[in-house]
Amino acid sequence: MSQRPKIALIGNPNAGKSSLFNSLTGLRQKTGNFPGVTMDKLSGIWEIEPGQEVEILDLPGIYSIYPKSLDEELVINILGNPANEDYPDMAIVVADASNLKRNLLLFSQVRDLGIPTVLALNMIDVAETEGYVINSIKLARELNVEVAEINAKKGIGINGLRLAVGKTLANRYASNDALPLPVDEQMLAGIQLKFGEADPYRSLLWLMEHDRLKMFSPEQRKAFDVIQHEFQFKSEEYKTSETVKRYEALSEVVERCVINLNRQWDAPPVKTWTDRLDSVFLHSVGGYLFFFLLLFVMFQAVFTWAAYPMDAIDAGVAYLNDWLKTVLPASALTGLLTDGLVAGIGGVLIFIPQIAFLFFFIAMLEETGYMSRVMFIMDKLMRRFGLNGKSVVPLISGVACAVPAIMSTRSIGSWKDRLITIMVTPLMSCSARLPIYTVLISLVVPEKSTLFGLFNLQGLALFGMYLLGFVMAIVSAWVMKQILQVKERSYFIMELPTYKAPRFKHMAISILNSVKAFVFEAGKIIVAISIVLWVLASYGPGDSMSQVDAQVRQANPTLSSAELSNRIASEKLENSYAGHFGHFIEPVIKPLGYDWKIGIALITSFAAREVFVGTMSTIYSLGGEVDDENATIKNRMRAEINPETGKPLYDAALGFSLLIFYAFAMQCMSTLATTYRETKSWKYPAIQFFYMTALAYLTAFITYQMLA
Amino acid sequence: MNTRKTLAELKIGERAEIIGFTDALLSLKLLEMGCLPGSEIEMTHLAPFGDPLAIKVSGYTLTMRKDEAATIQINLLNN
Ligand SMILES: Nc1nc2c(ncn2[C@@H]2O[C@H](COP(=O)(O)OP(=O)(O)OP(=O)(O)O)[C@@H](O)[C@H]2O)c(=O)[nH]1
Ligand SMILES: [Mg+2]
Repeated sequence: MSQRPKIALIGNPNAGKSSLFNSLTGLRQKTGNFPGVTMDKLSGIWEIEPGQEVEILDLPGIYSIYPKSLDEELVINILGNPANEDYPDMAIVVADASNLKRNLLLFSQVRDLGIPTVLALNMIDVAETEGYVINSIKLARELNVEVAEINAKKGIGINGLRLAVGKTLANRYASNDALPLPVDEQMLAGIQLKFGEADPYRSLLWLMEHDRLKMFSPEQRKAFDVIQHEFQFKSEEYKTSETVKRYEALSEVVERCVINLNRQWDAPPVKTWTDRLDSVFLHSVGGYLFFFLLLFVMFQAVFTWAAYPMDAIDAGVAYLNDWLKTVLPASALTGLLTDGLVAGIGGVLIFIPQIAFLFFFIAMLEETGYMSRVMFIMDKLMRRFGLNGKSVVPLISGVACAVPAIMSTRSIGSWKDRLITIMVTPLMSCSARLPIYTVLISLVVPEKSTLFGLFNLQGLALFGMYLLGFVMAIVSAWVMKQILQVKERSYFIMELPTYKAPRFKHMAISILNSVKAFVFEAGKIIVAISIVLWVLASYGPGDSMSQVDAQVRQANPTLSSAELSNRIASEKLENSYAGHFGHFIEPVIKPLGYDWKIGIALITSFAAREVFVGTMSTIYSLGGEVDDENATIKNRMRAEINPETGKPLYDAALGFSLLIFYAFAMQCMSTLATTYRETKSWKYPAIQFFYMTALAYLTAFITYQMLA
Repeated sequence: MNTRKTLAELKIGERAEIIGFTDALLSLKLLEMGCLPGSEIEMTHLAPFGDPLAIKVSGYTLTMRKDEAATIQINLLNN
């Protein structure tokens, strides 16, 4: 078997690399219309000719080979180091054809590194509508490279790319050995002597970026510093003059190969759709108003529109459960299946419509290009709280899930801004909290009531929970800013992409996949924890469980048999292992208004908060205080009676206290693991865990004490 | 009538030509993003509270903060 040639996709952020990757490999790498969607490498197989496969590597976008943030650093570590396992045999530089000059800067740098390169002129449709006519044959000749015009989104022009790649792979033409600007020959010789033969430009890259290249040891970095000092080489000056020099040459090339029909006669510039939309979305007052309105509508929609399919699923699950109970023999195992597993999984399935709506809105923000506008209007506010306009992406996608959200902080150049963003992102209410919010809100906020007869009060409450998460996130960020006190430069030089129409089919598929992933991930955990919980709730230490039966009968000789069996069931739960755990932490959570049953749910939620609803349903079904008819989780919780007051347990005080607790508590192992991976230190996940849990405890305590 | 200013002082709708940069570190980033000396720019948007700002340069839009814009020296163009 021959080794598959490796081809890296290199290009400016938002040039369409991931779209091309998807067209070539048939995979579904995430795309979106803002710079900085891709944060990690991903490889796939492209069958370039029947029987001949190549490996395609999708990478984060870069503006030049001189990285300024972590995602860019990843690319340079691959391109700069031929010993890297991902080092490509050739590169496809994906260039935005409607913005050719800037995109060619990167192309010329990559080529000078000695990597055989094909130039893919992407967004050819956009270039055309903007009036650009590109003579790509001439361009190919002038740049001495194979050029292919493509539309990565629609998969047009792939055959041309096939030809270009095939030719380039065959002759592996790289570059001449010239440097963009001459440097001291002796210095270059010195680097090559110490660090091995390489293209001169690559040697120079090593010298200038040695601190960011992981291939070099601390001693080697010192050696570079020595060379730099010896020859008085100023990296930043070199990079700047190099860039200017390259642009000079490229300007001429572009001048000769590209004409813009719209700019022929000094005509006034045409107002594009993007200009018109931006005059609303970026308006200094209207911009904020629109954004707030958008969020508001989103949460109303999540609550009200999703209610219909949810009711249907809810009824379906209850029906399935009843049916299973009638056909299966009444045994402990049937109990596990129906009240544990089906109820637990049903508890997640119900929320598919809401989660789908949520994902839909986030996908709309990402697909249309509005996300960058939000970064723009929020930067000033964010900065005041120690964040950055770019923190908006993690904060918004944190509403779906904190794990990818934390990864997306890699594009934030400043370490301080990035760290604070990572620390506060899990305070945004993720989709796993949505089921908890929904159940609790429906218990404590009256369903029928509306505000001004217009807004659904439950939807308003849900909006409030998300707002609360956001406010707490930026307040915590502000506190951390005060503690860190780092004077680090952060900048906000960013490209605003043009608006693009969302592709509904593409969105539908990606929403479907996200929902599927959510259900399966959550489903796995719920199944595992349900089983463990059921065992813990069915068995107890010593022979305490077997004695419960007799004791209850003896103590209550007058009860009817139905009441008796209910009483026995709840006594059994109390004496089980799970009951013991619950009782064990009860003193700690009593001030928040929680009893030992909720205590059990809190314990199981520490691994993943998704299991809350499932745990509740298992506990209350085993507690057996409701008859099994219409036994949805909501009804079971509603029927719980507080033994001290004789009133419903889930009153406003307890409901809000629980809501607040779940809003702020760190109950997600995956998030902690991601924080560890992204900060490379146990310190930060530890801090994250403790500050969030403390915050949750304190605020839930205050809430309960004030409302009780 | 050409007046030397920095980009931060430009008003919405005004156009100017980039002359140079005063900050060595930022200038590389700006150059790489396509802000070249000699190119024409137009101030298009100010975010709420006047910061950050958005400019048009050779057909696309860049955003930057006010203090970053203050490192770009410009020549105001008429009309
Ligand atoms: N009109 C048009 N849009 C395109 C084309 N190629 C990509 N797009 C759109 O451009 C946007 C960016 O595409 P991506 O593939 O995510 O870009 P990327 O280069 O991977 O971006 P980063 O990962 O952020 O560096 C998406 O909204 C795509 O749908 C094209 O040829 N024509
Ligand atoms: Mg990408």
